[in-house]
Amino acid sequence: MHLFVQSIIVGVLFGGVYALLAGGQAIIFGVTRTVNFAQAILAILCSYLSYTLFTDFGIDPFVSILVLVPAMFAFGYAIYVLFLRRLSRSGGELGLLVLYALGIGIQGLLDFAYKTNIRVTTPGYANNSWTVAGYQIPEVRFFAFVLAVAVLGALQVIRQRTKLGRALRATTQNPVAARLLGVDVERISAIGMGLGVAAAGAAGAVFGMILPFNGNSQYDLLSKLLSIAVLGGLLSMPGTIVAAVILGVIESVVAAMISPDWSAFSFLVVLFVVLMVRPQGLFGRQLRGAL
Amino acid sequence: MTRAHTGRDFRIRPAGAGQAAAFVAVLAALPLILGQHWQVNLLVFTVMYAGLAASWNILGGYAGYPALGHGAFFGIGAYAMAIGTTHLGVGGGYRPFVLIIPIAVGTALAVIPVARLLLRTRAAAFAVLTITLMFMAQTLAYNIRGLTGGSQGISAPLAPFPAATFERPFYYAMAILLALTLAVCWVVRTSKLGLALNAVRDDEDRARGLGVQTELVKLVAFAVSAGLTAAFGAVWAYYLTFVYPGFAFDPLLALGAILRRFSAGGAACGARSSARP
Repeated sequence: MHLFVQSIIVGVLFGGVYALLAGGQAIIFGVTRTVNFAQAILAILCSYLSYTLFTDFGIDPFVSILVLVPAMFAFGYAIYVLFLRRLSRSGGELGLLVLYALGIGIQGLLDFAYKTNIRVTTPGYANNSWTVAGYQIPEVRFFAFVLAVAVLGALQVIRQRTKLGRALRATTQNPVAARLLGVDVERISAIGMGLGVAAAGAAGAVFGMILPFNGNSQYDLLSKLLSIAVLGGLLSMPGTIVAAVILGVIESVVAAMISPDWSAFSFLVVLFVVLMVRPQGLFGRQLRGAL
Repeated sequence: MTRAHTGRDFRIRPAGAGQAAAFVAVLAALPLILGQHWQVNLLVFTVMYAGLAASWNILGGYAGYPALGHGAFFGIGAYAMAIGTTHLGVGGGYRPFVLIIPIAVGTALAVIPVARLLLRTRAAAFAVLTITLMFMAQTLAYNIRGLTGGSQGISAPLAPFPAATFERPFYYAMAILLALTLAVCWVVRTSKLGLALNAVRDDEDRARGLGVQTELVKLVAFAVSAGLTAAFGAVWAYYLTFVYPGFAFDPLLALGAILRRFSAGGAACGARSSARP
């Protein structure tokens, strides 16, 4: 029982990181109708960058986020302008392939630059944990969770309370109507892509402290992100966050109670079982021709 | 998705038959002209990738379903061949090639329940689910160690062919499969099934409204596509005599097949540029 509760705590904390990554993916899907198959490698890219900033310059990974997030925002903006803008929204599958190919290209560059050794960023507090009522709370995972809540909260405020957010939501709902009402849909889509990729950057920086990674880790991470995205209904931010935390917990519980070998598999089983009952995911709405 | 050409002409035209005969002749003659080991090796992979692209096209092109998980079926075919030659004692020489038929048919039938589930989704969700299926199959190959050898993989026995023409049997196996796949594509394209698949691609809801049995035709396309892909995987495994999860279940396989289809030079040219030993 103790192990069970302990694994739930760890799972919820790490589920925050998944939520951050998948939430960014949901924003991107909203404005571009393209599943970002490069989301995982963009996170790994930031894991590497924060690793370099830490080992070579001594900058704490949480501080490096302040640099990485604006940089990744610009990168996401550029990806939209360079690769996705010219593809029509109906060509979502083609955009998906383009982003997948881009991700493989980035992985190639990372493997070239960093070799394929497994790395992990280890600041002084990496292995510390607090003991609360007999349960261990790892510091890094706790701070990662706080970061995820903060970033997702900020994104939510942007989406709900600002003019930019209203334009983002309008573009997500109906780009043609948004354009008619004076929204610069292309610019807003690029900004949405930037925000989504920036979220991946923030998540990637802390991911590198929690799990060992190399370029090839992107497939493992990608398969989890995709499961979360489909479970969350692709578009819905709250749905995606709930799905991320649920799957984070399931993964952690399976790893602790059965075997770490099967933890990744548990994601996929949950996804298949849910889809048997609800093809549109846990929180998705049935969209004609979209899902 | 780009549109595949739809043959509306259901008869065999003399010109078309001539082209097909010329293609088969070139396919048969190639390893005799380019006889170096590395050349034939390259040809084996060229033909394999061309065949994979063509078999992917039945589901991804005609039906317009963006399948990204054909690596799963390729890997299943590869593992079935490796397990068949090591554990089941099929014997060496040419006998493993016979195993291709049950592997292809078995995979096609076995994927039907999964396909029924996957085909409830469309577009992006379908792409995501098929690649998830690929990762599931890969995880199973890693974890069911008794059968698959886990991350160490399986070494199948080396085929006892004469060293001078070692690659030839594999080349001809791949070439026959390619010809068969292209023939299947032709039959599908020129039949009612092909028209139904194109209707699904253009507007599935309307097609269903007009009385097209969308579920059935999608299922047939999925099963045929998966079975053919598994057949190529089986030959590949016997050729390389070594399968392990990260290589047999390749997430890039489907993407490669698709990009090759998009490439202007056609499937065969695209395949040559990425053939690997």
